[in-house]
Amino acid sequence: MKVLVPVKRVIDYNVKVRVKPDQTGVDLANVKMSMNPFDEIATEEAVRLKEKGVATEVVVVSIGPQQAQETIRTALAMGADRGILIVTDQDAEPLAVAKLLKAVIAEESPNLVVMGKQAIDGDNNAVGQMLAALLDWPQATFASKLEVTADKATVTREIDGGLQTLDVSLPAVITADLRLNEPRYASLPNIMKAKKKEIAMKTAADYGVDVSPKLKVLKVTEPPKRSAGIKVADAAELVGKLKSEGVL
Amino acid sequence: MSLILSRRDLDFLVFEWLDAAALTSRERYQDHSAETFHQVLDTCEAIATDHFAPHNKLNDQNEPQFVNGGAVTIPEVKRALAVYSEAALIAPGQLYEYGGMQLPALLEKACAVWFRAANIATSAYPFLTAANLNVIAAYGEDWQKERFIPPMTEGRFFGTMCLSEPQAGSSLSDVRTRAVKQDDGIYRLYGTKMWISGGDQDISENIIHLVLARSPDGIPGVKGLSLYIVPKFLVNEDGTLGERNDVVLAGLNHKMGYRGTTNTLLNFGEGGHRPGGEAGAVGYLIGQENNGLACMFHMMNEARIGVGSGAVALGYTGYLHAVDYAKSRQQGRPNGAKDPTTPQVALTRHTDIRRMLLAAKSYVEGGMALALYCARLVDEERTAQTPEARVEAHLLLDMLTPIAKSWPSQWCLEANSLAIQVHGGYGYTRDYNVEQFYRDNRLNPIHEGTHGIQGIDILGRKVVMQGGAGLNLFNATLEKTVARAKASGDETLAGYAGELHAALDRLNAVTATLHAINDQERTLANASVYLEAFGHITVAWIWLEQALAALGKAGDFYDGKRQAARYFFRWELPKVYPQLDLLETLDDTTLEMQEAWF
Repeated sequence: MKVLVPVKRVIDYNVKVRVKPDQTGVDLANVKMSMNPFDEIATEEAVRLKEKGVATEVVVVSIGPQQAQETIRTALAMGADRGILIVTDQDAEPLAVAKLLKAVIAEESPNLVVMGKQAIDGDNNAVGQMLAALLDWPQATFASKLEVTADKATVTREIDGGLQTLDVSLPAVITADLRLNEPRYASLPNIMKAKKKEIAMKTAADYGVDVSPKLKVLKVTEPPKRSAGIKVADAAELVGKLKSEGVL
Repeated sequence: MSLILSRRDLDFLVFEWLDAAALTSRERYQDHSAETFHQVLDTCEAIATDHFAPHNKLNDQNEPQFVNGGAVTIPEVKRALAVYSEAALIAPGQLYEYGGMQLPALLEKACAVWFRAANIATSAYPFLTAANLNVIAAYGEDWQKERFIPPMTEGRFFGTMCLSEPQAGSSLSDVRTRAVKQDDGIYRLYGTKMWISGGDQDISENIIHLVLARSPDGIPGVKGLSLYIVPKFLVNEDGTLGERNDVVLAGLNHKMGYRGTTNTLLNFGEGGHRPGGEAGAVGYLIGQENNGLACMFHMMNEARIGVGSGAVALGYTGYLHAVDYAKSRQQGRPNGAKDPTTPQVALTRHTDIRRMLLAAKSYVEGGMALALYCARLVDEERTAQTPEARVEAHLLLDMLTPIAKSWPSQWCLEANSLAIQVHGGYGYTRDYNVEQFYRDNRLNPIHEGTHGIQGIDILGRKVVMQGGAGLNLFNATLEKTVARAKASGDETLAGYAGELHAALDRLNAVTATLHAINDQERTLANASVYLEAFGHITVAWIWLEQALAALGKAGDFYDGKRQAARYFFRWELPKVYPQLDLLETLDDTTLEMQEAWF
């Protein structure tokens, strides 16, 4: 069974994000970039499927600048087998990403796609769902547990009310939530092995996908600063306020 | 921003200044690339952040306990070291055949400092293990290498170095532990070892002690010392654990800092266990008899540079904590601003706070650069193109070792003191982290050769070794940097170069004066002062090197480098002149002081 894992290079989760002075976006100059944490979880899950003997090959694919090779290399050091980088300097929108992934899937024919539920830069939470729709495959999002057999996946999902377990037939798209696993660290021997693994370099044009933006960013601003609280005279006033705010 | 270390600074030093990428053209390192180096550093930062830093305080507050004859540690230590071992970080610089990954020493050092800074106590166990297995790799017989090295690189066995005894600390010639050869060629050891870090613990399956001992009828003094492998549990030929050896934990020392590392008094051969039915700790000779000192110094030189980089790491994390606090803590108003209705300003707005942070920055970044430079010399020593270049790298490293050990132990400790000062009263409480860094770092001027011993080493031994060849090489190395700075076209750097050269000339003149008298006691009377002056001149050179590497580069990071270099040349380098003046007079105030007058 072949598993495809899309991974994205994003601003590191430890970095304090700053908006560019002209409000056109986020300042990425001299900022540490890393693999999207949910994609790390997806990669870990795919590697575990391989270690269990369920998967035979794990292919990672990234869409981004040349430096996204480093992100792929990290996934290879975690145990993925080979990578595909679709080079684009354009920050591809979710639909374009989903179309590119669909084109990759047409070539690679994986039985399963495991990917992060969202990237922590845009927080769109859209690509997995769009990809499943474009492929007309079943989807199981926000997975916190995954069991895969030859023709189906049993997925425990995190939903508002608790957990939901469902079966999806393969091929399918699964998106990983935070509690699915704890990703491993790239060990030194695996980093060395990853160096010898293949990364195929592609462009969006190779797949005939137009990645030009369909959405227009008007402006990007910092979230409003927290305003000071107010003092209430007694418990009755507090309850009244909570009721009028609709909390109670 | 990490408060453990600055990755930006490490990247600058490792890649921009010391050109790590160039090492991948050497045969030993050819499987590596700049990309693998960056990935290894990513892994180290992640593991240090996730598994070492979180229990640093816990370790300090819950020091190991003596329970039923053994030392018990908190479980977080074992978990962290399991992750560390799984990532193959115990001996990443060793040869493939010994389970290493042939990582350059430069990168190995850049990895190590993450763990030293995040949790000095937990990281002590694998660092002692690495020092131990490096000795066995260098001097051990084949069977010793096969039996003991793989379990150490896998993190199943940990190592120690057992040199000191209750009556023999700095004075190794007074070591009394006896090693008696039996008919089968195996030795039995009898004696007591003191200050043994990691001497007992409940983390690893087995502990491999390297023990300095002497033959009962051998030569007195250091020339009669030999080095022995003494496992806590004997190891069978198939690698399984055998009988418990006659090594017994007699007590734990209760320290000011470094509390998470067990520090022990060990009894050898008192019959607490009876391997093979009799008392005596079973030991295997490493190398030749009476050659223990040479083997030990292999370990000791590495350990001394390691102590220096540990001191840098602790100073560095303290500095980052202080910067973080000073940027966020609002307190007071600028000098001259009296209106109490205006908002308070951040601590960094106060010049005296900036003075302290700048001093600390110049110490910790200077110390880090020195530590990494020494590691780069190890790579030259191993892999330089010509035998002459390898010999030269070895000589310069030998020369710099007492400085690499002592300078950070003194000045990065000072950075920890400044970090407390920047925090004010909060820094003096245990609610903040900086007091622990200070206590942890206070060990470093003491162990692996005290400050005083380093002074005697540099003045009594290093500057005169091989007819002054080491000192000549030191001079030539600094003069090359001076020449580059003068030719750089940058007036500021050319000015620093002139100041460095003048200080170096003065150092050489004073060195000659000190050695011109035929009275070793008087020559060495003020060796610690000499050590300090030598260290400050060395680090001024290191700052000039950094300023050259930053030349023509723009941005806050490089401006910060330039300002710290300026600070070092304006404020620190001039400190050597009163020291050198004092030394030149062959002052005997301390020498003539009598015990009865205290």
